[in-house]
Amino acid sequence: MTSRVVLDPTSEKKLTSRELLARPSTIVGQTIGLLDISKARGDVFLNQLESRLTNAGAKVLRFRKPTFAKPAPVDLRHEIATKCTLVIEALAD
Amino acid sequence: MTASQNPLRDGWTLIVKRECATCVMIVPVIARLARELPSLTVYTQDDPKFPEGVDAVNDLDLAASWHADIETVPTLIFRQNGVETARTAGWVRKEWRELTDIADLGSELPEFRPGCGSMSVDPDVVDKLRVRFGGEVLHARRIDIAAAEDEFEALFARGFTDGLPVVPPTPERVMRMLAGTTRAPQEVVAVAPPDLVELTVEKIAINAVMAGCLPEYLPWVIAAIEAVCTDEFNMHGVLATTMPVGPVIVCNGPGTRAIGMNSGVNVLGQGNRANLTIGRALQLTIRNVGGGRPGEVDRAAHGNPGKLSFCFAEDEVGSPFSSLSVSRGFDASQNTVTVFTGEGPRCVVDQLAREPEHLAQTLASCLRTVHHPKLPFAFDAMLILGPEHARVFAQANWGRERVLQEINDRLQMPGNEIVRGAGGMAEGVQEAFKDATLPKFRPGGLLLVHAGGPAGLFSAIVGGWVNGAPGSDPVTRLVTA
Repeated sequence: MTSRVVLDPTSEKKLTSRELLARPSTIVGQTIGLLDISKARGDVFLNQLESRLTNAGAKVLRFRKPTFAKPAPVDLRHEIATKCTLVIEALAD
Repeated sequence: MTASQNPLRDGWTLIVKRECATCVMIVPVIARLARELPSLTVYTQDDPKFPEGVDAVNDLDLAASWHADIETVPTLIFRQNGVETARTAGWVRKEWRELTDIADLGSELPEFRPGCGSMSVDPDVVDKLRVRFGGEVLHARRIDIAAAEDEFEALFARGFTDGLPVVPPTPERVMRMLAGTTRAPQEVVAVAPPDLVELTVEKIAINAVMAGCLPEYLPWVIAAIEAVCTDEFNMHGVLATTMPVGPVIVCNGPGTRAIGMNSGVNVLGQGNRANLTIGRALQLTIRNVGGGRPGEVDRAAHGNPGKLSFCFAEDEVGSPFSSLSVSRGFDASQNTVTVFTGEGPRCVVDQLAREPEHLAQTLASCLRTVHHPKLPFAFDAMLILGPEHARVFAQANWGRERVLQEINDRLQMPGNEIVRGAGGMAEGVQEAFKDATLPKFRPGGLLLVHAGGPAGLFSAIVGGWVNGAPGSDPVTRLVTA
């Protein structure tokens, strides 16, 4: 009996894993980025979140994707990464 | 040995096999050529002792036959300065005499006797030869499946399938698939979402094998993948959306008939290999190479069965209208794929309309319900007009543009009917639009295709997705060999 061979149909990419930063003990003084993905009424939710985070002592920066249907442009991702110390990432719908 | 390493030397070469009656018949000719043509090399495919009296080179591994592209034995070849300048196959006395300049060659033989198939093109061995002599073009990782392992279960277990069994993509099958295109295996066709992976012809061919494609379908699969991996089509968004849509592929051109696609009875259903496997190959490629899997980036709330495969040909031969591809700027003689982001099809029944206006009204009424009868403009749709419905328009001399215009004219929606709350439904447009008139479809947002069986006064509607720059636009691409 011999083994059979098939060809790998995937990208064969190896995922790079990066160490997460330590969780901050407080959000006071942190700059938190909130990304509006442009879905209807997402701004209503994010306004509430901004108000609560600001009251808790964080500085909030707001960002907006041109359309919810496509990934955030690379320049926007870079801006968020350089301006914020914390990012809240969540899925809509 | 690689494909570029042709072992044939300058001078005369003859390739024969004992199993071939024509080769046996010309043994006296071979003996004479061996005497009169000092450069002659005879290769024998099946018996090193044949032909007797000639010091034949053993080609049992068929390397010389493969690289010299021999289809028939006997084949006589002349090469000069590394280039083949003459070739004749089978026994055609006149040709052999002219080629060798031996005026009375084979006087005792008949004028003509066809040759036999070369062992290098025997269907039972050709796939193995293709891998042995050309397999270095394959770069994909090789996965060993144990002898005791069920190969179909092994592919399920590795997460390579869409939930149905796939054809195991052995090197032999992938090499055979690659013969369906002139493009190099390592050519990058597109960048596949969502992982933004450079997608090679080889990876597409592997997934096309798994989908069940024939090699002649591969150019169609490649064109469809090129079309969906564009910013306009936005395959990433089509995957990620919670709506039940996927790529719908409409194929146009004479090539659809050449590869046996279905544009008629049960056109959107099961039973036709080309229709089903071309669409499936696209989806498997996005899944396996791009990384777009249900429950991961694919977030559809419901999905639809067409996400396994949704691909069909337009019935151009029986159509009273110009085709979809012609309406999108291509020539009727060109082979194209048009990709559209669509949900599953729904049926429109109107068995009574004999006047085109009545049928247009029916179609408009049904099209209005796409996604929600109170939502204008945001979603495109594809109308697949059945032949019996198309005939109602054709008898009134309505062409493609007239049909679309008449339907769109009947889809102008008064704002007061579609504002939020109207008709007892919360869904709708903002109050500010109550005095406006809004079209159901944006200009060009309704696509018309002619397809389906000859009997049945029905058509089909395929609802779209968020249209335009924020979402997806239909894309048409040429199919090239």
